[in-house]
Amino acid sequence: MSEPAGPRTLFEKIWSRHRVTEREDGQTLLYVGRHLLHDGGATAFDVLRKRGLKPRAPDRIFATPDHYVSTATRKLAEIEDPRHREMVEKLARNTAEHGIRMFGLGDPNQGIVHVVGPETGLSQPGILLVCGDSHTSTHGAVGALAFGIGSTEVAHVLATQTLWQRKPKTMRITVDGTLGPQVTGKDVILAIIAQIGAAGATEHVIEYAGNAIRGLSMEGRLTLCNMSIEAGGRAGMVAPDETTYAYLHGRPYAPQSAEWEQAVARWRELPSDEGAAFDTEVTVDGSAIRPMVTWGNSPEDALPIDAAVPDPESAADAERRAQMRRMLDYMGLTPGTKLTDIAIDRVFIGSCTNSRIEDLRAAAAVADGRKVAEGVTAWVVPGSEPVKRQAEAEGLHEVFRRAGFEWREPGCSMCLGTNGDIARPGQRVASTSNRNFMGRQGPGARTHLLSPAMAAAAAVTGRFADVRRLMGG
Amino acid sequence: MEAFVTLDAVAVPLPLPNIDTDQIIPARFLSRPREVNHADFLFHDARRVAATGEQNPEFPLNREPWRAARVIVAGKNFACGSSREAAVWALFDAGFRCAIAPSFGDIFRNNGTKNGLLPVVLPAAVVEDILAQLEASPGARIFVDLPQQQVTAPDGSVHGFEIDPFAKHCMLNGLDDFGVTAAYEDDIAAFERRYGRENRI
Ligand code: SF4
Repeated sequence: MSEPAGPRTLFEKIWSRHRVTEREDGQTLLYVGRHLLHDGGATAFDVLRKRGLKPRAPDRIFATPDHYVSTATRKLAEIEDPRHREMVEKLARNTAEHGIRMFGLGDPNQGIVHVVGPETGLSQPGILLVCGDSHTSTHGAVGALAFGIGSTEVAHVLATQTLWQRKPKTMRITVDGTLGPQVTGKDVILAIIAQIGAAGATEHVIEYAGNAIRGLSMEGRLTLCNMSIEAGGRAGMVAPDETTYAYLHGRPYAPQSAEWEQAVARWRELPSDEGAAFDTEVTVDGSAIRPMVTWGNSPEDALPIDAAVPDPESAADAERRAQMRRMLDYMGLTPGTKLTDIAIDRVFIGSCTNSRIEDLRAAAAVADGRKVAEGVTAWVVPGSEPVKRQAEAEGLHEVFRRAGFEWREPGCSMCLGTNGDIARPGQRVASTSNRNFMGRQGPGARTHLLSPAMAAAAAVTGRFADVRRLMGG
Repeated sequence: MEAFVTLDAVAVPLPLPNIDTDQIIPARFLSRPREVNHADFLFHDARRVAATGEQNPEFPLNREPWRAARVIVAGKNFACGSSREAAVWALFDAGFRCAIAPSFGDIFRNNGTKNGLLPVVLPAAVVEDILAQLEASPGARIFVDLPQQQVTAPDGSVHGFEIDPFAKHCMLNGLDDFGVTAAYEDDIAAFERRYGRENRI
């Protein structure tokens, strides 16, 4: 159990700091510093109840409903589907019963759990954070070790505040170079996944490094780490720096006054040491990345906007060929079609990937003075109440409304449609979310992933469009 | 948890990569508690004809020799995506006890071993070979031996696989983590005293 001497990675520092014990078989019992809950996790409380257990450290647990909330109303009673309403109610009951702080419907901090964590300062550098949701990787953007777990594991963390894990491998993805105009965190992560594949980082924790990453805002880093899971990664992290501290300073749950200075001093020790070794190294040329759009049903099926739908005949092997045919069939696309010739039916700007204030500003800049194309339904769903308030203070909601977008209430919404916000079969959606899986946005719905500015460009053009052209980039 | 020792069962081939958990169980079924039988949600949309909602006779799980399958063999990155444990429940309730693939979504793999569904990773070439055998003779069986960490393919070839010793122990004995962790109470309490001091969060 003694620490290997020599340089250590950010991941190793956080891992060893949270190690309660390590068994001879390599299983490590980790202490969970922060545990986040959402309204999809009722089963874990059922498990506790059956076993007569209680949460061990309620003050380390925070909750917010997001998956099942309506984006048309804030009133619980107005959630039409009783199953959906029940999920939101269960979270309220379970958290109240055990003294867990919940940012419920109507609370000024309610929102998508992965927007709420960083925004409230609950997600902090150096902590180990878990949540029963695969996009928990998001919180790694502040320099935390954060990963998603299943509901049995959630129950175990509730009861013991610990989790058994085997040490994952580490991967460093270095993105150097200067990002071009309108190239965002979303385009960077789609380009990375296109390069390494949807299973490229399986069994690894990713650390993103390089100038292009250093230059990203906190929002950009959150988008990047959010989709680590789409590359198969267990977690994604960015070492904390001045951008991180400036973002966290003054947040309600961040350390305050004298404690703030002490915390920052501790956090400065976290970045990977010079010469620390990673199991896998990947490099990406940031200056070559262009605005991206996906065409298939895996996030790895991403291409620059000036490309065309690929031909299955060009696939490397039979398995890929069969898969491509199946995807093109589902997506209703013909090989060789230019991406900019593909017409869309709906636009969704939202989700834990891209619903933060910077995302909405970027989309609003494109929408400003333009109109949503005839026949297109476009939604903006802010990620949280604070994002919504900020956007409204800046007048972004008016920009969107004038352009013909719907401005809705915070929640997961069309990202996965568990609250009933879904597209109809065959509808083509330009979506800022993270998964273009078959049926993800409703049975038969065709999802294309892109950045908020690109989604807004698609909304006003009625087809995928190069936002650089629109904005004179 | 149901213990897993050995299994001799029909195996169904799904020769596609990146079969995600949204396909295994669509999100609209996720509000059901564990007590509900999840078998009918398994590949709910993929196994039906979209226009009519009827069972698609082409889908492998709907075809006769494979309706009895208890092993699923798939392409790489099987069950990637969402952490929904209901993906394991749907497979389990439909009778599956083992999934074989060149790689899995990490969270699914953990969920599997905690719910009596054994995830077996075999080299891509071996999986491809097994898939070909299963397609050539529908209804062919696979033998899975957890103590020996071996899979016997329909052609009799034997393939070893790796599994975390802790997960193996829990699966063989039908144990879950809660019981194991209880033995470490003193360590956790000591850690909490230390951590609480150092890291005021
Ligand atoms: S926004 Fe989408 S990906 Fe994010 S937590 Fe909600 S459902 Fe999951």
